[in-house]
Amino acid sequence: MKKKHSSILRFEGVQTLLASLLCILGGLLIGFIVLLIIEPSGAWEAITSVLESYFRYPSAKLQLKYLGQTLTRTAPLLMCSLSVLFAYKVGMFNIGAAGQYVAGACAALYVGIAFHMPWWVCMLAAILAGALLGAVSGMLKTFCNVNVVISGIMLNWIALYVTNMVLSTEGVKNPMSPYTMQLRGVNPGGLIPQMGLNTLFGNEKSVTIAIPLAIIMAIVVWVILNKTKFGYELKATGYNYHAAKYSGMKENQNIIMTMMIAGALAGMGAALLYLTGIEEWETTISSVPAMGFNGIAVAFLGGLSPIGSILAAYFIQHITMGGGNVDLSVYCAQISSLISSLIIFLCAFVAFFKLAIKNHLRKRDEAAAAAALPKKGGDNA
Amino acid sequence: MILLLQYTLLFASVLLLVALGGCFSERSGVINIGLEGIMVIGALGGALVMKFLPAEMGAPMMITATILASALAGMLYSLLLAVAAINFKADQTITGTAMNMLATAGATVAVKAMNTAASGGSDVSSDIIYTRARDMFIVRFGNFEFNWFMVVALVALLISWVLLYKVKFGLRLRACGEHPQAADSVGINVYKMRYAGVLISGILGGIGGIVYITAGVSSWKFENGVAGFGFLALAVMIFGQWKPFKIALAALLFGFFRALGNVYTGFDFLKNLNLPSGVYNMLPYIISLIVLALTSKSSLAPKAEGIPYDKGSR
Repeated sequence: MKKKHSSILRFEGVQTLLASLLCILGGLLIGFIVLLIIEPSGAWEAITSVLESYFRYPSAKLQLKYLGQTLTRTAPLLMCSLSVLFAYKVGMFNIGAAGQYVAGACAALYVGIAFHMPWWVCMLAAILAGALLGAVSGMLKTFCNVNVVISGIMLNWIALYVTNMVLSTEGVKNPMSPYTMQLRGVNPGGLIPQMGLNTLFGNEKSVTIAIPLAIIMAIVVWVILNKTKFGYELKATGYNYHAAKYSGMKENQNIIMTMMIAGALAGMGAALLYLTGIEEWETTISSVPAMGFNGIAVAFLGGLSPIGSILAAYFIQHITMGGGNVDLSVYCAQISSLISSLIIFLCAFVAFFKLAIKNHLRKRDEAAAAAALPKKGGDNA
Repeated sequence: MILLLQYTLLFASVLLLVALGGCFSERSGVINIGLEGIMVIGALGGALVMKFLPAEMGAPMMITATILASALAGMLYSLLLAVAAINFKADQTITGTAMNMLATAGATVAVKAMNTAASGGSDVSSDIIYTRARDMFIVRFGNFEFNWFMVVALVALLISWVLLYKVKFGLRLRACGEHPQAADSVGINVYKMRYAGVLISGILGGIGGIVYITAGVSSWKFENGVAGFGFLALAVMIFGQWKPFKIALAALLFGFFRALGNVYTGFDFLKNLNLPSGVYNMLPYIISLIVLALTSKSSLAPKAEGIPYDKGSR
C-alpha cells in the first residue's frame, strides 16, 4: 500500500495536481479567515456560497442556465490562459495577454457593429488584432531588447485607451449608456452560432459553439507544443536562446512568432466572449479588464498544461460567479478576486513544493538503499 | 501653466519615490513587478491614518504619521515578495503579478468591509475620504499649491544616492545584484542584502502610493487600484538606468506628460486640437515605450536580477 502511494507521487502530473489543489486549499483558507475577520457569524455561509456558485439557485433549469453562463465566461478565460502558457513555454511572461484581449474585443465589436460582418469575420479581426499587439511586443524584444513584461504592461494601457476611443465612435456606442450597442440587436449574424447547444443549458442564449471552440484550441495548443517540430523549436528557443541560434533555428523569428500566436489566442478569447452577446464593452472603463490577468492565474494553477488549464479556468470562473452570492450587506463580491489572487500567489511556490516532494522521495530511496545494503551483504556471506 | 507645473512636480514625486524603490530592489537582484500593489497597500495605510486621526493634532504630526503609516504598510506588504523570492526562490514575475492583484482585491475587500460595518450596510462603496487631512499637506503660494510630499521625494532622492553610492551598504547591495556568488565569497550575506533591497522598495513604494492618491483628489476609490502608476515607475527606473539622479530626470519627463492629461483643457491650443482625453491618458505609456525601444539596446540592468540566489549553484 505504502509502495503504491510513493509511486503515484513520482508522476509529474500527480505532483502538479497535488500542488494546485494545495494552492486552492490555501487560497480558500485565507479567504475564509478574511471573512471570519469581517464578520464571524456568516463566514461559513459566505464561503460555501462562493464554492456552490450556481448550485444555490432553486430550480434545475436555473442551475443549468447559470452553468451555461459560467461556461461561456470560462471559454475566454481559457483562451487567455493558453496565451500565457504558450508564451511561458517559450520563456516569455505574457502579461500583455490582458491588452491583447482588449484589442481583440475592440476589433471584434467594431467589425461586428460598424460593418455588420458575420461572426467568423469578427473573430478573424479579433485574432489579427491580438496577434498584431503580440507581434509588437515580440519585435520590441528582438530588435530593441525591451523586456516583454514591460512592453506588455505599457501596451495593455495603450490598448485600453485606444479601444475606449474606437468603441465610443458614433454608431458603435449606445448613445443612451456608456456601453456599446447590443450585437444581438444591430447585427444578429455577428453572434457566434449556438448550433443547438443552448437547448442543453435551459435555453441560455449566451451558450454557443464558443465553448467547444475554446476546448479545441486547448487541444491544438497541446499538439503544437508537444507533438510538432515547430513547437519543439519554440521551446528550445525558450530554454536556451543561444543554443537555439547555434543549432540553426531562426531564434528571433521564433520569438516574434510565439508572441503573435499568444496574442492571437488572447484576441480570439475576447471574440469568444463579446460575440456571444453576454455583455457589451463599457467605453468608460478605466482599468484593464481582469480577464487577461486571471489568465495568468489559470495558466499556473493548471500546471502550465493546456488540459489542466481547462479545469483551472472552469474553477476560477466558478468561484468568480460564486462571489456574487455572498450576503452583500455584510461582505462583498470581490472576495472571489481575493481568493483567486491568493491562489496565484501560492502558485509561485509550486516549484518549491515540487522540489520538496522530489527531495522527500530521494531521501526515502536513499534510506531504502541503505537499509537494503546490509541484507545483501548477509546473503553473500 | 502654474497648474501644469504643480501636477508635473506632484506626479514626478510619485514616480521618483516608486522608481527609487524599484531601483533598490533590482539593484539587490530582485525584480519588483509588485510595486503597483505595494503602492495600493501603502496608500491604504496612509489614507486610514488621514481618515481616523483627529485633525486637531496639527499638520506636522499628521504628515509624519501618514508617511510612517504608508511606509510601514508598504514595507509589510513587500515582505510577501521578499519571503517568496528570497527564501522560497519563487518566480519573481509571478509573485509580483499576484501581489498586484492581491493588493487591489484585498484593499477593496478591506475598505468595503469597513464602510459596510460603519454604515450598517447602507454604504458599500470602496471609497475613503480624507479632505481635511489632505489640506494639511498643502501650502498655498498664490495659485501654486506646494505639497510637502515634494520635499519628501527630494529627501528620498538624496538619501537614496548616499545609501547606494556613498556608504558600504550600497556597495554591498549592488554587488548582490551584479554577482551574488562573488559577494557571498567575500562574506556578504546575500539573503540579508536582498531583504534590505526589497523592504526599502516597500517603504518607498508605500509612500509613493499615498502621494499618488492625494495628488489631485480628496477621496479615493480603492477598487481602481493606482491605474498602472507602479508600472510607469518601472519604466522610469529603466529609462533612468537604475541610477538615482537619472531616475529623477526621467520622473520629471514622465510626470510632465502625465500632468498634461490632467490639465490640457487649460491650454487653448491643446483644447483647440480637440483630441479625445484618451490620447492624453495614453501619452505617458506611448512615450515610455518609444523611449524604452530607443534606449534598451545596451541595457544597464543589474546582471543577476530575477535570478534566485542559491548558495549551492555557481
